[in-house]
Amino acid sequence: MEFSFTAEQDQFRDVLGRFMRDKSPASAVRSLMETDKGFDAEVWQQLCAEQGLAGIHLPEDCGGTGYGPVELAIIMEEQGRALLCSPFMASAVMAGYAILQTGTDDQKRALLPGIADGSTIATLAITEQSGLWRDDDIQLQATKSGDDYVLSGTKRFVVDGQNADLLVVAGRTDAGVSLFTVNAGSEGVTCRVANAMDPTRKLAEIDFSSAPAQLLGVEGGVDLAAIFNAVLIAFANEMVGGAQAMLDSAIEYAKLRVQFGREIGSFQGLKHRFSDLMVDIELAKATAYQAAQHLADGKDATAFASMAKATASEVFRHAAHECIQFHGGIGFTWENDTHLWFKRAKSSEVFLGTPNDHRERMLQAMGI
Amino acid sequence: MDINIDAIRAEVRTWLADNWDPNLTLVEWRTKLVDTGWGMPEWPEDYFGKDMPPVAVSAIAQEFAEAGAIGVMKSGPRMLAAVTLLAHGNDQQKRRFLRRILTGEDAWCQLFSEPGSGSDLAGSTTRADANGDDLANGNGWKVNGQKVWTTSAHHADYGILLARTDWDVPKHQGLSFFVIDMHQPGVEVRQLRQMNGHASFNEVFFTDAVVPGHFQVGELGQGWQTAMTTLAYERRAVAGNRDAKEDKGRNGTIYGEYREEQAIANEPYTWYPQRAGRVDLVVERARETGKISDPAIRQEIAKLLTMHQSTQWFAGRLSELQKAGKARGPEGSITKLAASNVARLASDVHTAITGIDAMLTGDQSPHDGVIAEILVSVPAVSIAGGTDEIQRNIIAERLLGLPKEPRFDTGPFKDVRRN
Ligand SMILES: Cc1cc2nc3c(=O)[nH]c(=O)nc-3n(C[C@H](O)[C@H](O)[C@H](O)COP(=O)(O)OP(=O)(O)OC[C@H]3O[C@@H](n4cnc5c(N)ncnc54)[C@H](O)[C@@H]3O)c2cc1C
Repeated sequence: MEFSFTAEQDQFRDVLGRFMRDKSPASAVRSLMETDKGFDAEVWQQLCAEQGLAGIHLPEDCGGTGYGPVELAIIMEEQGRALLCSPFMASAVMAGYAILQTGTDDQKRALLPGIADGSTIATLAITEQSGLWRDDDIQLQATKSGDDYVLSGTKRFVVDGQNADLLVVAGRTDAGVSLFTVNAGSEGVTCRVANAMDPTRKLAEIDFSSAPAQLLGVEGGVDLAAIFNAVLIAFANEMVGGAQAMLDSAIEYAKLRVQFGREIGSFQGLKHRFSDLMVDIELAKATAYQAAQHLADGKDATAFASMAKATASEVFRHAAHECIQFHGGIGFTWENDTHLWFKRAKSSEVFLGTPNDHRERMLQAMGI
Repeated sequence: MDINIDAIRAEVRTWLADNWDPNLTLVEWRTKLVDTGWGMPEWPEDYFGKDMPPVAVSAIAQEFAEAGAIGVMKSGPRMLAAVTLLAHGNDQQKRRFLRRILTGEDAWCQLFSEPGSGSDLAGSTTRADANGDDLANGNGWKVNGQKVWTTSAHHADYGILLARTDWDVPKHQGLSFFVIDMHQPGVEVRQLRQMNGHASFNEVFFTDAVVPGHFQVGELGQGWQTAMTTLAYERRAVAGNRDAKEDKGRNGTIYGEYREEQAIANEPYTWYPQRAGRVDLVVERARETGKISDPAIRQEIAKLLTMHQSTQWFAGRLSELQKAGKARGPEGSITKLAASNVARLASDVHTAITGIDAMLTGDQSPHDGVIAEILVSVPAVSIAGGTDEIQRNIIAERLLGLPKEPRFDTGPFKDVRRN
């Protein structure tokens, strides 16, 4: 049977949507994006400690609320729509899933509750020079040192790297790639803030020079693809939320703006493009939701995760472009809010792999 | 509502064990389905159904498939008539027409489009005039005019007809909805040949054709509202597929009869899978031709598979919403437009995969001519059942709430400019 949301899930979305709109008006996004940290600690606390959102996909014995990928998808979509500035993606989604997938039971019980209640901000550092999650591209060296390890190498495009207390890092030993946890304040860890085009998603480059680290789970025992899939699906849902925000904003303007004695939204040349955009967004949503359900069902989500990522990132970019176009000159100004989402869309297009990369990955996962 | 699917399954299974008999005739068997409601479980109990929710309906369908049991007749345009009559017909009409639709005894067609009004359906000029003054005494109507593109009219016993009964009011208010008997001297059906060589649609001419008073569906002047039910169903149905059940190797006289019936009913539709683009063939063809290793073509294949899959997911979610009463109504236009996009892209991908052989047709075209048939059939998808442009208008105005176009056709219909 096809996926559809339950009444409880619909209600959850309503409440959440209100919270996001309330806490993340464009004015808040604008002031936060100018700061180094990029988020509002008070809102983050409300999100995590009061609402329990950061632990939505984490088990109850690890401080989570024990829901799953579908509820997480709802949160991501609403965050993407409101462009909420927070370390949610880095900490709850990326590091959260990595630890959940890879850690021993003791490690999960030690590390995840802090992520769930927001007292720990964690992030996941996988990519290096290429920016891709390919096994071969992970060169950072992990060397055994007593019971623990030391890491040496550089990670790039680490989301919220500058905000993180806890780094989950992919490194190589003779057994292949493993994940390690590193305390961000440790000696040998140097964090440089990257000049991110999207100022609402903070990026860092982190150098490790014999930085002390603990192995997560067992050596060579990480299933990067599984973590990647879960992250992609959450990300795709965030992007369709962004796309919807662009459509909503453009529609609102098209009903107000008058040229040639009528609202511009009454011109068929624009109407048809709006309709095409709505079709594309609805299909991208259907894909993002179905992928989340697939993950929740415990099936191999590789094909659908990549399908969702490719589709969502293209539709988000397209929606943002159309939104600027439909606004005319004002759409190209700094004052108009569209560029906030446009920049998120552009960086999302390539973050975690381009649409072409994902279409190829999808075909291979389908055995084609 | 709490429903116990297992109990329903058990009930169908027992019922089928007691009643399903492949040596009945089709009509005998379907009469049982109609009498018990097992043939259309989603329909109301009063009219040949069982008032069952969607989950139960799919469980029942599975049980039928498992038992190899044939269902009620749904092929061709008859279900457009059925859902419309179910929604707008009176008790007598429902009893008279729905039963014989489901048993397969009557075939139907949809008499809406005319040479002068396709997209602008409300501009119909086929006229129905009262046959004498005394309507109440059942003198009924006299119909004159022409319909066109009428699929399956050459097989039809009845048609659902949109005709003008009042020329002095604005166009949407002067239409009425009728059932018309196709077997009468005043109705002439001529098959039309299409660009793909098939002849599944027709021209239909009415010359003083007779419609009895009790064949009027809904109120006088409410024909447009009634037709909207038909169109909404038609748009939704495009994403669903026309799946002739596989019954090869089954024994029993009913199967032979069924195959014959389906062959006739499906004759106008043999090319319909091709017009939807045959996405199912794409990977197979890419392997056959070696194009599967061309990275540019792989990207196009992936885009197509994605668009196709997501359209089905969207349509599935929409039908859940509709069944739960949470849909707004015009969302079917999204499905229809998406299906056009899929078909067009599929045609392009098939062309890229086929290369120079796409210049050939008939049995020289790959896959027994199927590839050529795809290429020359796909253009129908974005026209039939309302064009892509009309779907875009509907989405923009009715889903996105954009302001309406300025109109030039709001006065009395007799004064409106037309072809
Ligand atoms: C295979 C097939 C089967 C069919 N079966 C049936 C059937 O069984 N019964 C039946 O009644 N009809 C049937 N039709 C008819 C079909 O519904 C009409 O062809 C269709 O609605 C278009 O009408 P038209 O052909 O008059 O084109 P027109 O309405 O003249 O359209 C011409 C062009 O103008 C565009 N256009 C028109 N109005 C607007 C507008 N307001 N804004 C923007 N663009 C506009 C259209 O999109 C199109 O591109 C069938 C058609 C096909 C191809």
